[in-house]
Amino acid sequence: MRSIGVLLVAQVIPYLEQELDKRYKLFRAYDQPQTAQVLSQHASSIRAVVGNSNAGADAELIEALPKLEIVSSFSVGVDRIDLDRCKEKGIRVTNTPDVLTDEVADLAIGLMLALLRRICECDRYVRSGKWKKGDYKLTTKFSGKTVGIIGLGRIGQAIAKRAEGFNCPICYYSRTQKRDSNYKYYPSVVELASNCDILVVACPLTEETHHIINREVINALGPKGYLINIGRGKHVDEAELVPALLEGRLGGAGLDVFENEPTVPEELFGLENVVLLPHVGSGTIETRTAMADLVLGNLDAHFLGNPLLTPLV
Amino acid sequence: MANKQHNHNDSNKELQPLLVLGPPFMFPTFEAQNLHNYRFLNAFSSQIPLHQFLAEQSVDPSSIQAILCSPRQKISADAIRLLPSLSLIVTTSNGTRHIDLAECSYRGIQVASIPGDRLAVDVADMTVGLLIDVMWNISAADRHLRKRGPSKPCNLSSGSKLEGKRVGIVGLGKIGREVAKRLEAFGCRIMYNSRNQKPFVSYPFYSNVVELAGNSDVLVLSCSLNEQTRHIVKREVMLALGKEGVIVNIGRGDLIDEKELVRCLMEGEIKGAGLDVFENEPNVPKELFPLDNVVLSPHAASLTSHRIYDVCERVAECLEAFFSSKLPEYPGLG
Repeated sequence: MRSIGVLLVAQVIPYLEQELDKRYKLFRAYDQPQTAQVLSQHASSIRAVVGNSNAGADAELIEALPKLEIVSSFSVGVDRIDLDRCKEKGIRVTNTPDVLTDEVADLAIGLMLALLRRICECDRYVRSGKWKKGDYKLTTKFSGKTVGIIGLGRIGQAIAKRAEGFNCPICYYSRTQKRDSNYKYYPSVVELASNCDILVVACPLTEETHHIINREVINALGPKGYLINIGRGKHVDEAELVPALLEGRLGGAGLDVFENEPTVPEELFGLENVVLLPHVGSGTIETRTAMADLVLGNLDAHFLGNPLLTPLV
Repeated sequence: MANKQHNHNDSNKELQPLLVLGPPFMFPTFEAQNLHNYRFLNAFSSQIPLHQFLAEQSVDPSSIQAILCSPRQKISADAIRLLPSLSLIVTTSNGTRHIDLAECSYRGIQVASIPGDRLAVDVADMTVGLLIDVMWNISAADRHLRKRGPSKPCNLSSGSKLEGKRVGIVGLGKIGREVAKRLEAFGCRIMYNSRNQKPFVSYPFYSNVVELAGNSDVLVLSCSLNEQTRHIVKREVMLALGKEGVIVNIGRGDLIDEKELVRCLMEGEIKGAGLDVFENEPNVPKELFPLDNVVLSPHAASLTSHRIYDVCERVAECLEAFFSSKLPEYPGLG
C-alpha cells in the first residue's frame, strides 16, 4: 500500500498524518502553490484525497486527479467536496459521522444555558469586581422553553433528548417529516421560528440550506427569541444577523461557527446577549482520534476491496 | 422644603411603614406593585446610621413593625433595639445568617424566610450550565475571543463530552434530583451521597464523600450547610476526585475548604470548577481570576426573572397576613 498516493489537503491531527505517512505515499498540499506543485509532478499517482471541514475536493481538483478513487474527509460536514462530480465519476466519499454527535449536542445545550442564564456575563461580572457593588441582574429561565431544531438527524435528535431533560417542548423542521418522531413538525423554517423560543441549526450545509437563517427567519424568531448555531457559519446570513442583534430585533445568539472563520464580526464583542466560540464543536482529543481511525479505516477498506465503514457516496 | 415634607407625610400617613434593608433582588418590582400599600423606607441606599436615616425621614422608630430585607445587609441587635415595635422580619432568602436571631428570639420577633422549594429547577439549570461551561471552556473561550480578536487562536484545552461521565451528587434533595434528571439525558452515570440512603432511588449510594469522589468524574454539591457539611469537601476529597475531576458548587461556599480549593485548582490537582457560591461573598479569592479552568458566578443560580414574581407574591402574602391580624397603630405624625 506504500505505493498508493494520498493527497492531504488540510492540516489534521499529528496522529492521522503520521499514520497516513506510514501506510501510504503521502503528499501534502495545504495551499494553492503547494497544490499546484504536487499536482504537476504526482497527479497520476494520487488515488485518494484526505480533507477536513475547510478543504476537500472541488471540481477542479477532481479533474486534476485522473486516478482518484476515494475522498475520505476528516469531518462530518462535506460541503467542501463536490459530491455530484464524485458520483458521476464513481469516486467514493466517506466522512466521520457519529463520533461527535454527543459533543456537539452537549455544546448546543451549553450555549443555550450560557446565553439565557448569562453565564459568561456572570463570570465577567465576578472577575471585574462588580459583584462587590451589587448583585448581577436577573436572567431568563431555561427549563420549559420551546426548542426548535432545524434538521432532525443524529445531532438534532441528541439535542432534543437533552432538552427534554429540561422539560423543553421540542419542534423541528426538516426536508421531510419524520414518520417515527413524536416531536411537532413545521413545514417551513419561518413557521418553526415563529413557534419556538430557541432555534438551533443542526442540519448539513448544502445549497438549499445556505443562509437558511435569513432576515425573515430572524424576524420571526424575534426580540425574545434565541438562535444557536453549531452547524456551519454559512447557514446564517451574518449580514442580517449582526444588525438584528445590535438593534434588538433578535433576543440573542450562541455561535460556534461564522461565515468567514476565523473572523468574528467585532460589532458583536460588546453585546451581552451573545456567546461567541472559536469553532470548538469537534475539539476533543477522543473525538479526533476516533475520527482519524475512521478515515484510516475507510481508506484501508477501500484499497483492500472491503465494504466502506461510513460511505456517503 | 418643610412644606413639601409635610405634604409627603400627609399623603403617607395612612400607609403602613415598611423598613427595607438589603435590598432584596426583587425590590424594584415589589415596590412598584405595592406603592399604595406601604410607605417604603429604603434604608439600604443610605450611608448614614439607621437612627439618623429615620430622623431625616421624620419617621418615629416606634412606628416600624416590619422589615423587608435580604442577605446583602446585616440586621444587628443594635438595629433591632432601635425599633421597639418591630414584630416581623421578612427575608427574601432561604438563609437567615444575616439576622441577629438571638435578639429576635429575645424580643419575640418573627423571622420569615422564603423556602427554597420552588427554585430547584433554575438552580439545576445553572448547575448543568456551569458544568458544560467548565467542560468546554465556554466562558474562557468567549472571553479570549473578545479580548484578543478573531484571528488569534486560543490555546485552551479541548472540550470533553458528558456521555459516560460519572457524576457524584452530594445531597440528593430537590435540587440534586433535578440535576440528576438533566444529566441522565446527557448519558451521565449518577451516584450520590447524603445523610441517609434514600429509598426508591436507584442511583448507587456512597455513605462517604471521599469514596464518592474517588468514583466520580464530576462532583456536584447541592446539599444544605450545617455543622456536618461544613468543609465536607476538603483536600482529601479533591485528591480523590483527581486531576481529571470537576467540581460544581451551587450549595454554599462553606461546603468547600476554599483555601484548599484554590490550591488544588492552581496546582492542577483537579481539572476545573464551576462555582456559584463562596465562603465570604461577595469576595472571591483573586487567585482564581487568572484561571481559565474555573467559571465564577455571583450566587445567581436561582435568580431568574421568573422568580421575581414568585417571591413578590409570597412576600406580599406574608406581610398582608401579618398586618391584617393587627390593629392599625399610627403614632401621631402631624
